[in-house]
Amino acid sequence: MLGIGLLQGLAVTARNFLGSFHGRSRYVTTEYPEERTQLPEAYRNFPFLVTESPEDPMGTLRCVACQICEKECPPQCIYIVKSRDKKPDATGKMQLYPAVFDIDTAVCMSCQICVEVCPFDAIKMDQVFEIAATDRFSGLLLNRNTLAKPNSYFHSLHPTDAAEVDGRLAAARKAAEEKARAAAAAKAAAAAKPQTPAAQSAQAPKPSPPAA
Amino acid sequence: MSAAAHTDSFLERAPLLARDFITGRLPEPARWTANTLITIALLLAAFGLLFAFLTLAERKILGRVQNRPGPNRTGWFGLLQPFADGVKMLTKEDLVPRASDQVLHYLAPVALLSLSIITFAVIPYGRHMVPVDLDAGVLYFFAAGSATELSIFMAGWASHNKYALLAAMRALAQLISYELPLLLSVVPVVLAAGTLSTSGIVDAQHGWAWGVVPRWNVFTPWGAAGFAIFFVSSLAESNRSPFDLPEAESELIAGHLTEYSGFKYALFFMAEYFGMCALSGMGVTLFLGGWRSPLAALEFIPSYGWFTLKLLALLGCFIWIRATLPRLRIDQLTRLAWKFLVPLALVNLGMAAFWALSAGWAGPLQLARWAVALAIVAVPFLLLGRRLSRGVAPRTYRYA
Amino acid sequence: MTDDALSPLMAQPGAHVRAVSDALHGDLLEISMGPHHPSTHGVFRMTVTLDGETVVRLKPVFGYLHRNHEKLGESNSYLGSMPYTDRLDYLSSMTNNWAYALAVEKLLGQPVPERAEYVRIILAELTRLLNHTCLAGFLLQDGGASGTPLMYAFREREKILDLFESLSGSRMMCNYQRFGGCRTDPTPAWLGAARVLADGYGRFLEEYEQLLTGNEILMARTQGVGPLSAALAVSAGVSGPMLRACGVGYDIRKVDAYGLYPRFDFRVPIGADGDTYDRYMVRILEMRESIKILQQALRDIPAGPILDPKAKQRGHRPKPGEAYGRIEGPKGEIGFFLVSDGGASPYRYRVRPPSLINLTILEDMCLGQTIADAVVILGSVDIVLGEVDR
Repeated sequence: MLGIGLLQGLAVTARNFLGSFHGRSRYVTTEYPEERTQLPEAYRNFPFLVTESPEDPMGTLRCVACQICEKECPPQCIYIVKSRDKKPDATGKMQLYPAVFDIDTAVCMSCQICVEVCPFDAIKMDQVFEIAATDRFSGLLLNRNTLAKPNSYFHSLHPTDAAEVDGRLAAARKAAEEKARAAAAAKAAAAAKPQTPAAQSAQAPKPSPPAA
Repeated sequence: MSAAAHTDSFLERAPLLARDFITGRLPEPARWTANTLITIALLLAAFGLLFAFLTLAERKILGRVQNRPGPNRTGWFGLLQPFADGVKMLTKEDLVPRASDQVLHYLAPVALLSLSIITFAVIPYGRHMVPVDLDAGVLYFFAAGSATELSIFMAGWASHNKYALLAAMRALAQLISYELPLLLSVVPVVLAAGTLSTSGIVDAQHGWAWGVVPRWNVFTPWGAAGFAIFFVSSLAESNRSPFDLPEAESELIAGHLTEYSGFKYALFFMAEYFGMCALSGMGVTLFLGGWRSPLAALEFIPSYGWFTLKLLALLGCFIWIRATLPRLRIDQLTRLAWKFLVPLALVNLGMAAFWALSAGWAGPLQLARWAVALAIVAVPFLLLGRRLSRGVAPRTYRYA
Repeated sequence: MTDDALSPLMAQPGAHVRAVSDALHGDLLEISMGPHHPSTHGVFRMTVTLDGETVVRLKPVFGYLHRNHEKLGESNSYLGSMPYTDRLDYLSSMTNNWAYALAVEKLLGQPVPERAEYVRIILAELTRLLNHTCLAGFLLQDGGASGTPLMYAFREREKILDLFESLSGSRMMCNYQRFGGCRTDPTPAWLGAARVLADGYGRFLEEYEQLLTGNEILMARTQGVGPLSAALAVSAGVSGPMLRACGVGYDIRKVDAYGLYPRFDFRVPIGADGDTYDRYMVRILEMRESIKILQQALRDIPAGPILDPKAKQRGHRPKPGEAYGRIEGPKGEIGFFLVSDGGASPYRYRVRPPSLINLTILEDMCLGQTIADAVVILGSVDIVLGEVDR
């Protein structure tokens, strides 16, 4: 009969209208900014650099300026300049660090490839999206000061990932310590053994040069 | 408005007492003028506010149907939204093309709005509240309503724009096509009531059948069919979905409103909503018993209260239909009017005549009367419906 | 094109067109619809020549969203092109990713673990649900239903997008497939949520169909509108639901049997007339089949690695050669043709965009129809300008 389909359609809209007054299944608006949706852990928007301690961010960046992320970034929004000197990293090894680390968030497409390819867990994805600026070139260009955020922040954003990374780094640190201890023990053992005179004289303190 | 009977409740008499209080302060020769001016002011205020909040209600209801809140930022629950829209409309630049006919361009929205407003004069809003109690109220209403169609064409012509003119002619075709079913569906009402006066028609719908069912026209077979045809035709007459092709968004241009901006654009929409309100008001009067209460027990609600409730219910149906149905194409629209609604309305008229002639049938013959009446309209409905939807049917699909 | 040189296909039955311009018949009206369009299909322009209300000639004009995707592919590394494939058909990033990953895996000779294949199928079918829901909403929007079917469609779509967000980090630009599997492993919680969604989607489709499929106005607006013959569709290279609506039972999931599709029990719906209603209904029926596949895949997904442990993470240098990887995307056959010269970037990177190829016969479908129908026909072709223009 002509009109049955229309009446069924009217029934559907009536059901939705009445249903919108009770329950969220038929009223799906989140009134931003008063209400905010819970973002999932995996959500990604713009990277940040992880620092070990918030007191000395520039000194404890995990980044060693290997420039792999710069090379792999598809829109080439990362700009890195290596430092000239080295400083010890978390395992004690002397590493370079980035003197300049800029990300242009106007270009960055949050594809997350930089995070994937970083061998040092130094760059991770942030979840900021309320960073509108009035000036494109200085407001959206983040440098290493604005990019550096502490590991605790990483934990708050991505707890599972951060726990896994911390576990891995702790294990690496422990392995490095073990190796260092074993090397020191081997050295001490070598020192405790009886030595040849040549080795002894080599070990004896050399006479100081005459004062100038 | 006539004087109130003393048997009416206080609420019923209250507006009339207020009016009498004001006109009583004036000398005798000025009283009629004052009365008229108060009526006009009240009508404009009431329907102006109704228009404002109807636009908001439409957006909120549409929103709720679509699982979202609708405007709720401007004021509590968005109640200031219509005023914000008004300010927006007033502050927009009013562009008038140089090549257009300046007088007609200005006159079109004004004529449209004024002709829509004067149709409010014959609708009985309450027991003693008809602004102008004409003997031929129904005739006057539809005459003024039809005159608004000329303004649509004026708008298209004055724009001096080929596309606007074509669109205006299409809109005019739609409006003229649907005048016929609209009027034909009203003729049975006049036949049954024996008068063209709107208050007379409401008076004729008094009482209850079998004690429970009010004797409104919609509860008769011809009234039900007539109301359905009237409702569909008034959807088309006020350019509402699914007949809103003249102002469709996915069309090329905004139709006959292309060259209008600012307040004149707002006036066109005001006129559309006024037309909707007026047609709904007339529908309530003709078919739904006007200001009459459905149950005797509920008569403590004053008559104008009942009229308002019924009017709002009809307007809600308009909005509900807009929320649900897609748009018809112009040829489908006109085919529906000429090949479906007009024949049905004519058949309905015949059935109303049968109903009036068989009024004397009593007892078991009542059942026969109902059966024959329903058959008279149901059979053409099914046959015409089948013919109209030839080639259009749900399909079954096979799989590879 | 002069009147005489109008396509010989105009001689087809049903195309009653009078393309005359003389004193008796008056001028033909040439109108440019777009690129700013109320019918939201992206920046697309149609130059339509009208005789009264009837379409006499129609020329699609596009390129407004051209972003040099293929040329960029020649300078980006293979991994670096993956996020750009998200942005081709931006509504179906997972399937774009898969097609590209398939092509590169062919070049590299890279195997993919079983769990990854299951996850790819799950995501591809979720994408198909996304896309077809979106199309149903937009088709009705073009037809004039003031937003209601669109809002219902988007309400359900949000649930799938939330799943994508919790898996890959982004709703639309997922960048999720890798050469040798997928980037991250879905958790049991995610799989549970996907199961709940797949089971509940059928109920949404019931309600949606109650609103739309029997709707007389929708049927009147779409049945008999924009018919496409199977012969023309095949010769024009049309693929996807548009082809199947014409009655050609060609579905790459069955033909190529890529991934692990042969393990799943699903049917391929076919239309008869190739008109807009068939195109719409084929997509609705495909959604039901997708739900079946999803339920089977979510039930049977094995444990295992999500990425081949021997797969390289970056710096891929496939041996010189060429490969064409194609899948049945929601819009049709999306394929990537890669020519490698042994370097870090491909020598030639070519995308086969289904939307563009389906669009080439828009004129033939619209001839003889009214302008209001042209809008509905365009809606039923289901184009995304990101893919048309790349």
